[in-house]
Amino acid sequence: MMLEVKNITKSFGSLEVLRGVDFSVNQGDVVAILGPSGSGKTTLLRCMNYLETADSGTMVFDGVSYDLSHTSKRDIGIIRKKTGFVFQNYNLFRNKNVLNNVTEGLIIARKIPKAEAHETAVKALEKVGLGDRLDYYPYQLSGGQQQRVAIARAIATNPEIIYFDEPTSALDPELTGEVLSVMRNLARDGMTMVVVTHEIGFAREVSNRVVFMDGGVVAEEAPSHEFFEHPKEERTRQFLRIISGN
Amino acid sequence: MDLQSLQVAQESFWRIFSAGVTKTIPLTVISFIGAMILAVSCALVQYANVWGLKQFVRFYIWIFRGTPLLVQLCTLYFGFPNLGIVIDAWTSAVIVFALNCGAYCAETMRSALESVPLGQLEAGYCVGMSWFQIMYRIVLPQAFRTAFPPLFNTLISLVKDTSLASSITVPEMMTQGMRVTGRTYEFMAIYLEVGLIYLLFSTVLTKLQTWGEKKLKTYENK
Repeated sequence: MMLEVKNITKSFGSLEVLRGVDFSVNQGDVVAILGPSGSGKTTLLRCMNYLETADSGTMVFDGVSYDLSHTSKRDIGIIRKKTGFVFQNYNLFRNKNVLNNVTEGLIIARKIPKAEAHETAVKALEKVGLGDRLDYYPYQLSGGQQQRVAIARAIATNPEIIYFDEPTSALDPELTGEVLSVMRNLARDGMTMVVVTHEIGFAREVSNRVVFMDGGVVAEEAPSHEFFEHPKEERTRQFLRIISGN
Repeated sequence: MDLQSLQVAQESFWRIFSAGVTKTIPLTVISFIGAMILAVSCALVQYANVWGLKQFVRFYIWIFRGTPLLVQLCTLYFGFPNLGIVIDAWTSAVIVFALNCGAYCAETMRSALESVPLGQLEAGYCVGMSWFQIMYRIVLPQAFRTAFPPLFNTLISLVKDTSLASSITVPEMMTQGMRVTGRTYEFMAIYLEVGLIYLLFSTVLTKLQTWGEKKLKTYENK
């Protein structure tokens, strides 16, 4: 077990978004988190990388246990350096070109020598098919290309796990494909991934496990084929019916 | 205005212009550097929501935006000696202009910082950068670009506002002009002349602004 979270709770004011979520990831897993809007998927992901501070809960990462509501700045830094995060809105650094978007975390945060960082970044960008766009600025790229840069930025740091927060939700349908295919390749290479998504087709094809969230709790968790072929919970069946359109 | 007025204006030109170069410009530049240091610190304190410091900054901005510049100059130069604190005219002027201008620029910088999408801060955290690293390398450069035109506006105002230092005996352009008029009574010619030199300085700054904006456009959206 490489990552295990237990009993995460999180409220925004009087709104309880997470009501005791348990969740675990093995090395090489591709876990899809599905669920209706407002079910807490994104918040769960953000709590695991401390973009939100959970009200309570524990996380075991790499064999070390952390209290999610009281983790020291130092520990948060350590965890973040071992993880990657891809946002719905890409969040590229707008004042940096493609190459520097990727090298920033290497040179500044990890103190990797420039030449080495450059080489790593170019490799990562080639992997996502953007080796010929190094000196472009984010505004010169399509949404799909920006998201691929964001993925390159995440993989360049050689993380143990990458979190994807609805990586294709802000994209036009015809641009979704290029991002999903990059993610498919990552999965094939054995990258451990947790993907919050509405792309049922992608979840079915690429993920090996599905976590279905509803109302701030995990309503069902199962290996992908089982989840899609034989969903146990009525709520899951209902969701799958709606999302597949019949 | 007749030939004699023009002659007075011509004879006094170098005296006034050199006061501009040796007093007005240094006064503006030093004050503005001080103002920018203040502005960035105050904006960051507010952006990061540092309790205590933030309230202090709000108080400072409230005072210096809410009272006339002339009153601030007179208070420091004429008023403080009553408390036993004597500061010479030049230093008083620098302090007041920096504080006053800093209060305005702090607000400009704060709004510019807030205009940078928060997602980039989060993205910075996620690649392992610290708050200061993200601020210095990602957020502030973008904020400066947004703030550049309004900051320049304030700078151009400051050039002209330094004429108020004449009221606390700093021998800058306005002071020199007033001295000439006191001797010659050529008010129209001399004040027009002083005004034209300020216009010249402002024009140079306006050109500088246009050039700077072009330079900063490298990652612009349009």
